[in-house]
Amino acid sequence: MIVANTALDSKCPSGPMEGRWDKHRFDLKLVNPANKRKFKVLVVGTGLAGASAAASLAELGYQVDVFCIHDSPRRAHSIAAQGGINAAKNYPNDGDSIQRLFYDTVKGGDFRARESNVYRLAQVSNTIIDQCVAQGVPFAREYGGLLDNRSFGGAQVSRTFYARGQTGQQLLLGAYQAMMRQVGSGKAKLYPRREMLDVVVVDGVARGVVVRNLVTGEIERHAGDAVLLCTGGYGNVYFLSTNAKKCNVTAAWRAHKRGAFFANPCFTQIHPTCIPVSGDYQSKLTLMSESLRNDGRVWVPKKGGDTRPASEIPEDERDYYLERRYPSFGNLVPRDVASRAAKAQADGGHGVGPTGMAVYLDFRDAIERDGEDVIRAKYGNLFQMYEKITADDPYKVPMRIYPAVHYTMGGLWVDYNLESTVPGLFVLGEANFSDHGANRLGASALMQGLADGYFVVPYTVGAHLAGRALPAVDTSHPAFAEVEGEVRSRIDRLLSIGGSSSVDSLHRQLGAIMWDHCGMARNAEGLKRAVDEVRALRARFWEDANVVGGAADLNDELEKAGRVADFMELAEVMILDALDREESCGGHFREEHQTEENEARRDDENYSYVAAWSCEGAGDPADLSWKLNKEPLTFEVVKPSTRSYK
Amino acid sequence: MIATNGKDTIGLTLNVWRQAGPDAEGAFETYHLNSVSTHMSFLEMLDVLNEQLLAEGREPVAFDHDCREGICGSCGVVLNGQAHGPDRDTTVCQLHMRRFHDGDTITIEPFRAEAFPVVKDLVVDRSAFDRIIGVGGFVSARTGAAPDANAIPVPKEEADLAMDAASCIGCGACVASCPNAAAMLFVSAKVSHLGRLPQGAPERDERVVAMVQAMDGEGFGNCTNVGECEAACPKGISVGNIARLNRDFVRATIRRR
Ligand SMILES: Cc1cc2nc3c(=O)[nH]c(=O)nc-3n(C[C@H](O)[C@H](O)[C@H](O)COP(=O)(O)OP(=O)(O)OC[C@H]3O[C@@H](n4cnc5c(N)ncnc54)[C@H](O)[C@@H]3O)c2cc1C
Ligand code: FES
Repeated sequence: MIVANTALDSKCPSGPMEGRWDKHRFDLKLVNPANKRKFKVLVVGTGLAGASAAASLAELGYQVDVFCIHDSPRRAHSIAAQGGINAAKNYPNDGDSIQRLFYDTVKGGDFRARESNVYRLAQVSNTIIDQCVAQGVPFAREYGGLLDNRSFGGAQVSRTFYARGQTGQQLLLGAYQAMMRQVGSGKAKLYPRREMLDVVVVDGVARGVVVRNLVTGEIERHAGDAVLLCTGGYGNVYFLSTNAKKCNVTAAWRAHKRGAFFANPCFTQIHPTCIPVSGDYQSKLTLMSESLRNDGRVWVPKKGGDTRPASEIPEDERDYYLERRYPSFGNLVPRDVASRAAKAQADGGHGVGPTGMAVYLDFRDAIERDGEDVIRAKYGNLFQMYEKITADDPYKVPMRIYPAVHYTMGGLWVDYNLESTVPGLFVLGEANFSDHGANRLGASALMQGLADGYFVVPYTVGAHLAGRALPAVDTSHPAFAEVEGEVRSRIDRLLSIGGSSSVDSLHRQLGAIMWDHCGMARNAEGLKRAVDEVRALRARFWEDANVVGGAADLNDELEKAGRVADFMELAEVMILDALDREESCGGHFREEHQTEENEARRDDENYSYVAAWSCEGAGDPADLSWKLNKEPLTFEVVKPSTRSYK
Repeated sequence: MIATNGKDTIGLTLNVWRQAGPDAEGAFETYHLNSVSTHMSFLEMLDVLNEQLLAEGREPVAFDHDCREGICGSCGVVLNGQAHGPDRDTTVCQLHMRRFHDGDTITIEPFRAEAFPVVKDLVVDRSAFDRIIGVGGFVSARTGAAPDANAIPVPKEEADLAMDAASCIGCGACVASCPNAAAMLFVSAKVSHLGRLPQGAPERDERVVAMVQAMDGEGFGNCTNVGECEAACPKGISVGNIARLNRDFVRATIRRR
């Protein structure tokens, strides 16, 4: 029996699952239409979550200020999503339904997500597709002119909508354009090249942000009646990941240190099909879409240390290990399972390529079966991207792939309203922890980001604005001066370290610790060592980082330094979380907790909870500590079962 | 993996544009890199340069970048006179050093156009593009008001052509490569994307007029059919879109009279 040790109120409605969101919406207070323009909402981030929220809130009549790091809001990391977006439309008539998408997502998350949230996500999924089509998102279509779907990430139904290999780009452009329409007509105000460096809390309620103008270095104060963090995931704590280079945890982390709990930080997703690391200059990793596993076969040589080229390894000396271990799902097992299986092969000496840290993804049989043209039509752009990077032609030789950090299920804790433990501070998209439990299914992040921004937060923010007394606060309030002072002294401190290690090199070292000890497989001994190593590295960062340039202009090194300093702190709580969770579930694999067949062993009796960490010693980086708060999870509809893909 | 010169590292001379700020005077500075792995991307090579500058206590070269996989449109420099460098359909972040030879000299400059003022070194301000989108590069579809997604079938061919135009990443290479610094390829790609779809049809006239006016107001030049934009575009956006834009513009001005 898990006991909640704090008043973490998820605000999940009760009653029949199908009616919960409706009932909740009915119970939420509304803002009088004439009053909407009196409220200002600050939206930080312009990915799918931020752009969709900003557009929708401005359409409703609120004043909206939007901030992003990039020179243009259209460049948010969502732009890079390739594969697609899920919805329960059941257009292919293959048996999909809201119930099934809900069930698959709860199960795929290994029973570590809230049922009410996931059900709502499945419910609004269909409206998202309608909305996007109305905006002019050019989804793939069939010859009859209707929308095409594909099966993605091992789903048993075809529920994924896609726009070639550029789904994220097209969805983001749709949301960005909707937002720019509001900016163009003066209803929303855009602040690009601004980095939020702190949130301002007045009388316990989030009332503003302090941002740095990245071009002029000015520190700006912005006051509002609600703050929405839509700032993306923290996968770059590992240095190498499929995330874009500017992805960071800073906004979320600053909020955490002002009282927002951080939930399930150790739940990270390692994607099985990425281009392997090729050298120590490597700056990021490139994802090869999961859709490739629909036709590619994963294998390694049976003989360890076999250095023959793939073409010289005869059929009976190849081990199609996913097909062998998981006969019913084969190459389409979920991401966490596929990633661990690849690691096991590499660790066992069966890896391929110059580093041995890769496995083959082979299209030979698919090309033989369907012809090169069919494969080219499906994956041409991906094959081309692979060839550009590796100089290998995947039509002729198998791709080499290896798992890489891709997505973070953990994030700031939010209730059913997407509100954090700091009232008035809402968190959307990858930055929150809400819907994916311990493992996210393919094509579900785009769905969640847009659900949060288009169809959840516009209602729930209204309830905050209508329901709480919000005395007038402007940027002359002493709380702003105080926070601005802290922001400035942190920048000064970074610039005055005067050490000799580049910020990137320290970040790489942090990444290596995290990848080795808090990556695909974890154990208590390694995690304990990692805590010490991270603390030591953090201390070294503040003594030896070399942050050149000044504070008064565009300074990439200063920006990176601030973000890496936050990663250095986040890393510790990720490790603490991984240590606490004495079970294996989803992307979190504790070597001590596995079956004889090396499959994950979950422990519902003791760990069916959301781990929400509060930051205690919030002052100096040297004396941070955290407290674990538990939100027990209950499953009323989907009975927890052991995931089996055999 | 093959390096073009048969070995895995090359030495390079780099002439890089350095400019402290928008109003500062800029100049080329020359740097030498001794062992650049041919497996690196072009931006990773710049990372190596910056590590070298940092070690010497100098300020690194500022350049825009983020996704490093050719989709966000952040990166973009003029490399030996060509926007995004020598490879067709390739952003500079996707360009790999195996494309170069030992002893090569590479000149690296920012995208230059009146409407894209330099912010610092290789970084320019492309916010004019956002402002052009803000006046008409959208479909006015309020959240929640949409009919079922399959209510209006769209012929696959049209949807595919709309997608071709929609794949623009807004990097600005078209402007940088155009002798007139025109933004016609960018604007026409959006006009085609939305204009080809039934959802974009109701606002087709207003859109094209508003976007063209905004484009002129931002100080972009006129299109004289040089075609350099298409050659430089990393997404292969066709100049056919420009012809379409011109037709749409004429149609709209006649109909609005
Ligand atoms: C290569 C790749 C492929 C993917 N493919 C798929 C897919 O096919 N299907 C799917 O469902 N999911 C996919 N995902 C996951 C999905 O793309 C992301 O989870 C999702 O797009 C995140 O959206 P977001 O709006 O939460 O954040 P982001 O898109 O990351 O946006 C974050 C925003 O916050 C801003 N920001 C950050 N910090 C600050 C700060 N301090 N101050 C001001 N602004 C800030 C940034 O400028 C940006 O605008 C993929 C992810 C990757 C890496
Ligand atoms: S860095 Fe994103 S396109 Fe080059």
